[in-house]
Amino acid sequence: MGLLDQEFTEGNIVIAKTEDLFNWARLSSLWQVGFGLACCAIEMMATSASHYDFDRFGVIPRPSPRQSDVIIISGTVTFKMAIRIKRLYEQMPDPKYVISMGSCSNCGGPYWEHGYHVLKGVDRVIPVDVYVPGCPPRPEALLEGLLKLQEKIRNESIVKPIRSGFVGKSA
Amino acid sequence: MILLIKLFLTLLKGSVNFPYQKLEIMLTEFGKIFVFILTAALFVVVAIYVARLLRPKRPTFEKLTTYECGENPEGSPWVKFNIRFYVVALIFLIFDVEVVLLIPWALVYKEMGIVGYLIGAIFLILLAVGMAYEWKKGDLEWARPKIKEPTLEIIKSTETQKEELKTAS
Repeated sequence: MGLLDQEFTEGNIVIAKTEDLFNWARLSSLWQVGFGLACCAIEMMATSASHYDFDRFGVIPRPSPRQSDVIIISGTVTFKMAIRIKRLYEQMPDPKYVISMGSCSNCGGPYWEHGYHVLKGVDRVIPVDVYVPGCPPRPEALLEGLLKLQEKIRNESIVKPIRSGFVGKSA
Repeated sequence: MILLIKLFLTLLKGSVNFPYQKLEIMLTEFGKIFVFILTAALFVVVAIYVARLLRPKRPTFEKLTTYECGENPEGSPWVKFNIRFYVVALIFLIFDVEVVLLIPWALVYKEMGIVGYLIGAIFLILLAVGMAYEWKKGDLEWARPKIKEPTLEIIKSTETQKEELKTAS
C-alpha cells in the first residue's frame, strides 16, 4: 500500500518536508542484520562494542532480517554463502540498504585471481549502496561508510522515479 | 450502543443515569485504570495502522517465505513436546497458586491470631498431602525410557547344552 510511497510523480514542497521527516527517521535508526562472514565481522563487532559505539548512530544488530534496514556484508562471500545472502537481502523489508565491507565483498579481494570458491564482489548478487575499502577496514572506516549511507538516505525521495527500468512497486 | 456508553460512564463515575440526566464526569479509582487500558489498546491499533499506511509495501515470494537463517524452510514448527513436561507444568502451577494465596495470608496472619494461623496450616497440609500423593505415584520422577538390559541367558543355555552334550557322550 504505502499512502505516500511513490504515489507522486513530481515533488512539491509538502512532499519535500515529509521526505525530510521520513529520511531523518530512517537514517537515524538503521538497524543492521546480525550477520558476519569473516575477519571483517570482527571489526564490525568492534565497531558495535563500547569503544566505537555503533549504537550512537542508531545501529543495532537485529536477529532477523524482517526487523532490519541495513545489511553489512562483512567478509569473504563464497558461492555457498552468496545464495544465503541473496535470500537474507530479499527477506528484508523495504526500504533496505547494503554496506559492502572490505575488499573481499567489494571485488573478491585477495581471492580475485585464484579464489575458485569466492564471489568476485557481492554486487554481483545484490545492489550495494556503500563500499568500504580495506582488508579489513578499521572501525573508523566502517563508521565513515555508515555516515556516507546516512548522507545517501538524507537525499532520498518518495517521488516515483522516472527511469523506466525500475523494479519496484509493480514487482 | 447506549448500553456501551452507559457502561463506560458507569466505570468513569460511580453511577450515571445517562440519557436523562446532566452528567458530571469524575473518574473513580477504577475508572483511571480503565482509561489507561483503553489508551494502551488504542495506541497499539493506531500505531500499527499508521505504520501500515505509511510504509512501502512490495511483497515478493522470497520476502513472504519463512525465515530460517537463509535456508529453505523445512518441516512443520508444530513439533510434539515430551509428555514429561506436562507433569512439570502441572506441579509448577499448583505451587504457583500456593504462593499467590500464601503471600496475602502471610501479610495479615499475625492480626488474625490463632484462627488465621490454623487456616494457613490446613491449606499447607492439604497441599503437602497432594505433594505426598504425587511423590508416591511417581510423578516427581523424571520419566525415562526403560533400558533393555542384555542378559546372559542365551550364553548360559548354550553352556548347559554343551554340558548336556558332554554328559550324553
